[in-house]
Amino acid sequence: MTTAVPPAVAGLLPTANPVGLIAPDGTRTGCDDPSLPDVDILRELYRGMVVGRRLDAQCTALTKQGRLAVYPSSRGQEACEVGAVLALRDQDWLFPTYRDSVAVLQRGVDPVEALSLLRGDWHCGYDPYRHRVAPQCTPLATNALHAVGLACAAVLKGEDTVALVLLGDGATSEGDTSEALNVAGVRRAPVVFLVQNNGYAISVPLAKQTAAPALAYRGVGYGLPSVLVDGNDAAAVHAVVRAAVDRAATGGGPTLIEALTYRVEPHTNADDAGRYRDEAEVAYWLQRDPIVRLGAYLRTTGALDPAAQAAIEAEAEAAAADLRARTAEDAPLDVDDLFAFVYADAPPTLLAQRALLHAELADGEAGG
Amino acid sequence: MTGVLERRAEGSAGPTPPVTMAGALNAALADSLAADDRVVVFGEDVGVLGGVFRVTDGLARRFGENRVFDTPLAESAIVGTAIGMAMNGLVPVVEMQFDAFAYPAFEQVVSHLAKMRNRTRGSVQLPIVIRIPYGGGIGGVEHHSDSSEAYYTATPGLRVVTPGTPADAYRLLRQAISCPDPVVFLEPKRRYWAKETTSLSVDGPGIDRAVIRRSGRDVTLITYGGTVATALDTAEAAGGEGWDVEVVDLRSLAPFDDATVTESVRRTGRAVVVHEAPSFGGYGAEVVARLTEQCFHHLEAPILRVAGFDIPYPPPKLEQHHLPSVDRILDAIARLQWDDRPEVGRA
Ligand SMILES: Cc1ncc(C[n+]2csc(CCOP(=O)(O)OP(=O)(O)O)c2C)c(N)n1
Ligand SMILES: [Mg+2]
Repeated sequence: MTTAVPPAVAGLLPTANPVGLIAPDGTRTGCDDPSLPDVDILRELYRGMVVGRRLDAQCTALTKQGRLAVYPSSRGQEACEVGAVLALRDQDWLFPTYRDSVAVLQRGVDPVEALSLLRGDWHCGYDPYRHRVAPQCTPLATNALHAVGLACAAVLKGEDTVALVLLGDGATSEGDTSEALNVAGVRRAPVVFLVQNNGYAISVPLAKQTAAPALAYRGVGYGLPSVLVDGNDAAAVHAVVRAAVDRAATGGGPTLIEALTYRVEPHTNADDAGRYRDEAEVAYWLQRDPIVRLGAYLRTTGALDPAAQAAIEAEAEAAAADLRARTAEDAPLDVDDLFAFVYADAPPTLLAQRALLHAELADGEAGG
Repeated sequence: MTGVLERRAEGSAGPTPPVTMAGALNAALADSLAADDRVVVFGEDVGVLGGVFRVTDGLARRFGENRVFDTPLAESAIVGTAIGMAMNGLVPVVEMQFDAFAYPAFEQVVSHLAKMRNRTRGSVQLPIVIRIPYGGGIGGVEHHSDSSEAYYTATPGLRVVTPGTPADAYRLLRQAISCPDPVVFLEPKRRYWAKETTSLSVDGPGIDRAVIRRSGRDVTLITYGGTVATALDTAEAAGGEGWDVEVVDLRSLAPFDDATVTESVRRTGRAVVVHEAPSFGGYGAEVVARLTEQCFHHLEAPILRVAGFDIPYPPPKLEQHHLPSVDRILDAIARLQWDDRPEVGRA
């Protein structure tokens, strides 16, 4: 007796091999489902990744100069950061993590505002409503439930809004991930879960995180169609996220996407990755670089000439120079902010504490 | 049993090298693992990495992956499975990576860990230690600097302890691991690299005792964890102003060592409680209430609190305004109605 997978289940399962449209050497794979994004989108993906990587490198440099308190780099993950965000429409929402500064910038948030958290100035330096980007989230997987809730509300209000939540491989182990997948499935919430499986949760490799054949298989148990995608192929990431956004927007419910990628840098500038992984592994992944790959494809197809390439690189340098200049001095901070946003109206107890601090500071100035 | 750091020192002829609090905690874990094969150490990144603060450095290599191991990234799972392991005879010592990342485990802690002995009329005991690096002062971005002690001290059934010095870190952790009750072990992360020249020993004050870190006649500073050093610095500075300051390091936040603390406050007649956590509903409120009940007729002034503001923990560049400082504690001392006793203190 053969045990066939029922069609209802088979329809939810990811493909055995990750979906890929452009191979690591820059050639087109045989895959046509989903189809390759238009060349304009491919050029936008390339541009976003080049600028994003330059800014990411600038941020790492800023930690060394003490201009940033800490920086979790997404170098090597640009295909996910940029590919996913470019698949969103203006009315959609992004729920990023601490790792996803490049995604936040790609969504249009000003870099200096985005870096407020990591400069140590304020917890969230941008207005989430302006670009529909939730505050970058550090408590792992908690943002998944927020995305589901926002999407459920959109349905109740009759809005055409999809929420995209970014998660790490480690974060999928938290209970909140399971709860979010389940609630989203039950309510058919217009949510896209994108798990950037970059191989590690700080020092812990994926093998210690799950016994599942792939994280994408986590979806089937909650009734979510699931996709496994080459996370270093920006064209493929864009295409599968776009398809998931379209399905969510047309009442098809949530999708779980696992993107296979790699964290090229240590967890943050403060981490010592030599303690838990070897250079050969990093070298292997550098060969699968998302920018090199898409650049090669665009050049061989005549879609990126040297002048266009130079223009993109100049844009990236200018963005980095602008960031350097605008972070060279400490931002002026107002101690009153400590008390201003705790409640809608600061209660008398807080006003008294604020007055105490003012008196101390005045005293210090008078004394010093 | 001696600590790894001490053993290293024994081999050399020179004086004992200073030990950091992180090193002392590492030695306590190593010695507990060596002394009792029921002890297991697990959590996020505690294995090959040795923990983000390196408190478990080298333990997985020395004791093997069955005794010291990385878990999937799930705090509720860490504490929940620790409970099951303890029900089956093990002594789990688990790590929460940071204060605020212990919150997913809160239900396991308050609904099960704290209550199991009571629910089962003493039959099931859970000798689990939950190590939590806590508090601010390290320039950490949000969720890395919470002082969460009051959530735990408000929960009967949990012991809550926190060391103020490297020697005490070793002693308290070893005591916690051999304690039959569940212990929330709060590690003041900004003192991880504070050094002390000391030999590490489990002997000394018990797990439930406060200690007088510095004797003084005029006023008692009552504190714990990260602000013990701040209080000692304040005591030094206060000497220059004519106040002889006593510093009590509580060590055990729950249960509370009434005897040691009330004896001190009855003697000095004045007290200030210092902690980083917000003052409203904070741990200091309990200390002040108890002392008022027990020392009222000995008090020369109301007991004051120097604590964090009643705000979410600030971002790195503003945290210095929030943390109790020497100046802020001196200001509080100055407000203890010295005018009634003009012969003492600043006129
Ligand atoms: C609830 C919670 N527990 C622990 C942490 C500490 N922490 C921060 S990042 C991290 C690893 C996360 O790994 P993963 O989800 O794979 O994301 P990545 O950092 O690789 O992007 C850990 C353990 C946290 N932020 N939140
Ligand atoms: Mg990861």
